[in-house]
Formats: sequence, structure tokens, C-alpha cells
Amino acid sequence: MKNRFMIAAMAAMLAFGAGAPVLAQSGPLRLTITDGVIEPLPFAVPTFQAETAGAEQVASDISALVAQDLSGTGLFREIPQSAFISQMGAFGSPVAYPDWRAINAQALIGGAVSVNGDQLTVKFRLYDVFTGAELGEGLQFAGTVGGWRRMAHKVADAAYSRITGEGGYFDSRVVYVAEQGPKDNRQKRLAIMDFDGANTQFLTDSSTIVLAPRFSPSGDRVLYTSYESGFPRINLLDVGSVSKRQVQTAEGEMAFSPRFSKDGSRVVYSIANGGNTDLYISDLNSGGSTRLTNAPSIETAPSFSPDGSQIVFESDRSGGSQIYIMSAGGGEPRRVSFGEGRYGTPVWSPRGDLVAFTNQNGGQFHIGVMRTDGSEERLLTTSFLDEGPTWSPNGRVLMFTRETQGAGGTSALYSVDISGRNLKEVPVQGGASDPAWGPLQP
Amino acid sequence: MKMTTKAMLIVLALSTAACTRPDRFGGADGMDANAGGAPLGNAMPQGGASDPRSAEYFQQTVGDRVLFVVDSSSLTPQGQATLDGQANWLTTNNDYLAIIEGHADEQGTREYNLALGARRANAVREYLISRGIPSTRLRTISYGKERPIEVCSNEACYSKNRRAVTVISVGSLS
Repeated sequence: MKNRFMIAAMAAMLAFGAGAPVLAQSGPLRLTITDGVIEPLPFAVPTFQAETAGAEQVASDISALVAQDLSGTGLFREIPQSAFISQMGAFGSPVAYPDWRAINAQALIGGAVSVNGDQLTVKFRLYDVFTGAELGEGLQFAGTVGGWRRMAHKVADAAYSRITGEGGYFDSRVVYVAEQGPKDNRQKRLAIMDFDGANTQFLTDSSTIVLAPRFSPSGDRVLYTSYESGFPRINLLDVGSVSKRQVQTAEGEMAFSPRFSKDGSRVVYSIANGGNTDLYISDLNSGGSTRLTNAPSIETAPSFSPDGSQIVFESDRSGGSQIYIMSAGGGEPRRVSFGEGRYGTPVWSPRGDLVAFTNQNGGQFHIGVMRTDGSEERLLTTSFLDEGPTWSPNGRVLMFTRETQGAGGTSALYSVDISGRNLKEVPVQGGASDPAWGPLQP
Repeated sequence: MKMTTKAMLIVLALSTAACTRPDRFGGADGMDANAGGAPLGNAMPQGGASDPRSAEYFQQTVGDRVLFVVDSSSLTPQGQATLDGQANWLTTNNDYLAIIEGHADEQGTREYNLALGARRANAVREYLISRGIPSTRLRTISYGKERPIEVCSNEACYSKNRRAVTVISVGSLS
């Protein structure tokens, strides 16, 4: 059963706050995300006001989740409510800026929540405390009570976006492989969750191996590798109806490693035949396929550039596995990874400027990023086994699989900023691997 | 009495199938993964492994698997000797088909290991063909690092997980 939720209105329906005096000595609120951001920006989120009877709990839950989203980025620091000198007045009424300046809150988020039957409405305003002005216009989101987390994420996305000037990533979902059982009898099934681990829904049962899912660009479908037929094949799953079908591919003993093209109409993937693995592309509707590489080496783990014109992939044609880029139509690839060790699972960033990858070096695994010409390589993590990075919709955060070693080894999902900061485990129930981060939801 | 015997035979046939089918990922999997040394299920007759035409004999006496060094699909001399035995057995017992499973240890990324397992399975397939086994009796599959039989994280376990296992059955390969 799908958790249906519609943003009925995302209009800027509230007028600007009455012209508050702008303090000349203070620039507008703006956090520029760079490697140099170390001191998080302090913000305050007073509990959103309940505008209807019985909305108190959801109002409290929503404001807490907005604060959690922002604090979770590592770029913001929540000022505890116990430090507040005053509370917010009625939604939209004048703000006592000096009281918020006194506790060094730089951003202030005010909100109000009303519930009518199953319908939930959330309004919010973002204030720049030091200039004493509203930052952007008030926004209103409407949906169902059951979808309250999404509305909190939308508020947090709007606040994040206004303060940083970049897109948010809170109202997004992750498809991954849920794992259960010991290493030598591990059960795997496809699952989908919110980016923060909430609202888990299983998409397949554990009767067969499923691997490495990927979202379509709009997030409505998932491609993954399944052993359902007894052999590795590519499945296409519709997220809404949870119906699936096997994708027609080029002839081969095994088909795996599928990724969507940028328009969602084609799939690039690997075929193994006679022990040799190469890249192919197929039309999801017609099934017509084209071979992209023709080499005796392993070519797998493809990823399109954001403009769809190029494909980055891994190949061991030079010996150990390295990262290569070729035209989306095939042709001679150029090698881009030249550091120590072996490189795999390249994923092109949504902004197009970086490639995230897995590096194996010195008995350890690393998640790293490099520019698309291989320069400015940075290893962001180190552990016994880190692999398979996936980009947040705004290209600021990577999520990946981390496995612990030994007989009791388990898999979990972690995230890290592309600065290497804010490494943390994503709270997922049970074992988890192979995350793929979807787009911001409409 | 006669009925009982018949029922027992059916049970035996089913459990054998469970051990040799390639698409077993449920409860039968652990049993299959341990084949080659671990005791088989209670339903197995004592005489199974001593019958040179049985799948148990193939697993335990001929040897159903070959091992590989790190990131390699080259057959070792020991592996070739095992495969010579497999080829002889498959030539004698020509009603059997074989699915060759390629596996990798956990030191590698998931999809690379799938491709590496495919290379290993194919190395075995090519060798058996070179020893006279028709290609129509052979099929390959890779499990990458998805089906380790040993769970520690050091070379003692890795060396056993880097394997290609010849899983025989009577019937079809699809």
C-alpha cells in the first residue's frame, strides 16, 4: 500500500512581513557551503503553533523534524528551546528580533499547523534575525495527516535552500537492499524509505537475491538485478503499484548492473557471456539493444553524465579495475583514475562536476570523489569495507554501504558530506546495503 | 509396505533435487553451500556417497569445486586435476548436466565480483569442454560475493570462497 500524498498547494500565499528595519551593519543571512564551513549556523525552531484543536502533537512533531533535518546536515546548530527568551506570537505577527539576537539565533523558523479531518496544512516563515527581516516569502503545504513527515521535510528543504542558495534533499527517498540473516545465509529484499530511514516499505520478498537497485530520474520506477529466474537478470519495478517485470536485454548468460538513461527510457547495463563482461544499452519499451563496449576485460557499473552525453564506468582493461569515461554511444574511453589501488562503482554527480567512487587500497576501502578529469581526488572515508556511493539530489552528500568484518559482519548505510565531514549511520531497521538516492519529490 | 518404500523414494528424489537446483535461495541453500564435506540430510541413504554414480560421490570424492587466487580466474594445477576428474565422471555419467557457479570473496565491489565470478565459472566451463564435455551440458552462473561458505574476514576463509562449484543435476539447465 502506497503512502499517498499530494502537495495541494505550494504557493507563496502569504505576503511579505511588514517592512522590518534592516540593520545596516549586518549582511543578509547566507551560508555558503564550502570546505571551510566548520562552525554550524545557529537557528531556532519554536514549536509550530497548532491552529486547530488537536493539532498540537503533529505541530510539535513537525517542528522537531524540521530542526532534526537541518541539524543533521552538520551545517546548522539548533538552539534548544530552553534557551529561548521569548516565544513566537501568532503566526505572521511581528517578531521580537532582539530576543532572538540575544541568544545568537541567526535563523528563526516560525510555523503553524492546522488539521481538518484527514487534511493537514503547514505554514512557515523564515526570518533572518540579524537583519530583522523575513527571508523569502511564507509558504504553505497541504497534504494528509499521514504525510506529516514529508511536509516537515519540505519546510526544512525550503529553509536549507534559502539559507544556502542550493537545492535541498530532505523530501527524498532511498531504495536499497534490506538484509537479514548470517553472512552465509543472507536474505535480501528490495526496500524503499525516506532519506532519514523512516517509512520503510518492502518491495520484494526474500525468496531470491536482489542487488544494486537504481531509481528512474523521476523516482517512479526502479531497475535492479534479480536472480528470480535462477540466473541474474534485470527487473523493472513500478514503485507505485509494486509490480515488476523482467527487462528484455541483449543475449547473454547474465545481465546485471542496470542504470537508467537521463530520460528514463533506456537502460545501460552489463552482459556476461563466455566469462566476458561488456556494457550494452537497451530501450525499455522496444527492447532493442546496442553494444557499447567490446573488450576482453570487465566493463561494468556504468553511470550517465547529467546531460546524458557521456557514461562513466569501471574496467580492468589496464590490469586492476579503474574508472573510464566514454561517449554515451560507445567509442574509445579515456581513463580518469590514476591514484593508488583499484577504483570502482563510479557515479556521476547531479551537478556534473564530480565522480564519486569506491577505492580499494592498502587493505581498506574508501569512498571518494574526483573531478571528471581525475583531478582533485579526495578520499572521504576509510573502513574495512565501504562501497557503492549514491548522490543526494543536490550533490552535497553521499550515501553508501559499510560492512563490518568477521563472522558476525553486517551491512549498514552511512552518509558523508563531499567535504568528508558529517559521517554518520543512516538509521535503518536491520541490515542494509546498495542505497540509491532518488530525486526530490514533487 | 510397498507404499512406504515408494513414499521414501519420492522423499529422496526431492531432497536430491533441492541440493542440485541452481535456484535454491531458501532453506535448502545452507545445505547446498556446505556440500562437499558437511554431512548431508537425514533423508540421504548411507550408500549415496559410496555409489560412484551418485551426485554425492561427485561432490565428495571427485570434488565439485576448484579454488582461485585473489582477483584471478586462472586454473591452478590442482584445479585442473579436479576438473579432469569431473570431466571423466561427466563422460561416464552422461545423463547429468552441470551448472558451474562462480564465486568471489568479499574483497571487491559487488558488481565487479559478479563479473569476476562469471570469469571463474567460464574458466571451468572452457576446461571441461576441452576435456570433451559438450557445451550443451554446461551452463554458468555467477554469485559474486553473495554466497560465501566461510564467514571470517581473512585469507583462511577468502581462499575457500574464491571458488567455482560444479553443481550437477538430471533434467534441464534453464
